[in-house]
Amino acid sequence: MGSRKGGVGLEDGKKLVAGMPSLIPHSTISNPIDSGKNIDMHSSRTSDFGSLEQQQQSIGFHLENAAILSRNPPVFVQKPSALAAGSSAPLQFGTFNKTVFNSIGGIVSQATQEKGQQQPPNLVSLSSGAVNYENWGESLMADTSPRTDTSTDLDPDDKNQMLEGGHVSNLAASDCSDRSKERAGDQKTLRRLAQNREAARKSRLRKKAYVQQLESSRLKLSQLEQELQRARQQGIFISSSGDQSHSTAGNGALAFDMEYARWVEDQNRQINELRGGVNSHASDNELRIMVESVMAHWDDIFKLKGVAAKTDVFHMLSGMWKTPAERCFLWLGGFRSSELLKLLANQLEPLTEQQLLGICNLQQSSQQAEDALSQGMEALQQSLAETLASGSLGPSSSGSSGNVANYMGQMAMAMGKLGTLENFLRQADNLRQQTLQQMHRILTTRQAARALLAIHDYFSRLRALSSLWLARPRE
Amino acid sequence: MDRVVGLASQRAVVIFSVSSCCMCYAIKTLFGELGCNPAIYELDEDPAGREMELALIRLIGKKKPVPAVFIGGRFVGLTEQVMSHHLGGTLVPLLRDAGALWL
Repeated sequence: MGSRKGGVGLEDGKKLVAGMPSLIPHSTISNPIDSGKNIDMHSSRTSDFGSLEQQQQSIGFHLENAAILSRNPPVFVQKPSALAAGSSAPLQFGTFNKTVFNSIGGIVSQATQEKGQQQPPNLVSLSSGAVNYENWGESLMADTSPRTDTSTDLDPDDKNQMLEGGHVSNLAASDCSDRSKERAGDQKTLRRLAQNREAARKSRLRKKAYVQQLESSRLKLSQLEQELQRARQQGIFISSSGDQSHSTAGNGALAFDMEYARWVEDQNRQINELRGGVNSHASDNELRIMVESVMAHWDDIFKLKGVAAKTDVFHMLSGMWKTPAERCFLWLGGFRSSELLKLLANQLEPLTEQQLLGICNLQQSSQQAEDALSQGMEALQQSLAETLASGSLGPSSSGSSGNVANYMGQMAMAMGKLGTLENFLRQADNLRQQTLQQMHRILTTRQAARALLAIHDYFSRLRALSSLWLARPRE
Repeated sequence: MDRVVGLASQRAVVIFSVSSCCMCYAIKTLFGELGCNPAIYELDEDPAGREMELALIRLIGKKKPVPAVFIGGRFVGLTEQVMSHHLGGTLVPLLRDAGALWL
């Protein structure tokens, strides 16, 4: 009865009061005492109802955790295991803070009881401080439930224990009649307190539900904003009515973006395997199998691009599905084969004369093909511009039926020209695919493996550069 | 068809094209880069253009049968096949064999 649970002395309690909390041992946390009006009724915690208390505490803490989001930055390093598992860290700390103040009151009261003193004045201020802290925390959370009882859920229970268990040693001496009168009054108080506690608990549950709803809405909002941003970049008109055809194009783009992300992950994995094979001097047969699968994987992305181009050619041409640094080098919706071969020329030595010749010819052919396609694209742009500019622009361009007919004819022609964009994209991808396949044909298995590693590493560096760029500190 | 075949065998390199087609423009540019001088027939400017277009569609099986490239009288392909030949290193030998290139 006079023993004290926990190893924190008065001095430590003072330290806590001073507002510089340090690590609080577990056992102390399990010992909150309402330092409000019931000091005289409490004995120090004994093991008689310690375990029950801990159970109650766990339940109480769980509810508190759920309801309370502490705005204070967490200052405690140790997570008490008495707190219910599964609550998030900030919630724990929130309760932690609250618990600390209660504990402080408890510790101090224990200490004073041991010393046989009256309740010291600073304890009152402590308890009111705890009350104030609690109220402040609660008001920040927009809790509208009336808090008539500032204690935790435990205290009426504790009091119950006190009265029924009869483990009270510090009650002022009184005769039996006084005590029975007290008891009747106390039972009313008990009922009232129980009702208050119930109301408080309900409001905490409501708050928890509300906060969770807010959190999920916030997440959804940021997701929607991202989608919108992406769609805007693609130049899709975002109408409030949600035009079906526009959203289809948007869906095609987003679907491709996801497929591409998965493709990049898969490639990373395959390339790592290949790298392991090369470094561990795997046999030619093993290497060949790995090289074949990487080549087939490259074919996959060209297929995916072709399908996506049918739905949204402008998204594919824009390169928005690539990282910014990669986009810098964008040519007709992808990488330039001739540049890739220039990059590899240094990495592939030693090559036989025949191989060297083959690679040089390949580079020259791809350069010529690229130039041809580029000029074709330029012709397309010019033709499109001429089509849209034909007829009269400016003030006189609207009105008569002749003009309208012209306009519609113009648009029809322009639409036809836009239709050839998909063909250009397909030819460009074919160029890239052919370059890779020809390179594979010219090189030995081991050389091809190193080439594929080099290509992947180059693009990886571009992607890493993009990340660094996007994360750079700005003034 | 006869007309197509007839025209195709008259020169080393023959391209059937449409004047407003930008992909045809790209292929013409490519052959120019390679140093050839192909014979070009614009289907939209030839009086027998429609017939030839139909013949080409039957031959190739595509709705848009241009640019159709013939080398040495034989059909080589549309854009994709021509590009693939070039990257594979087989286009230039074909041209040389047909006498379209001197080198």
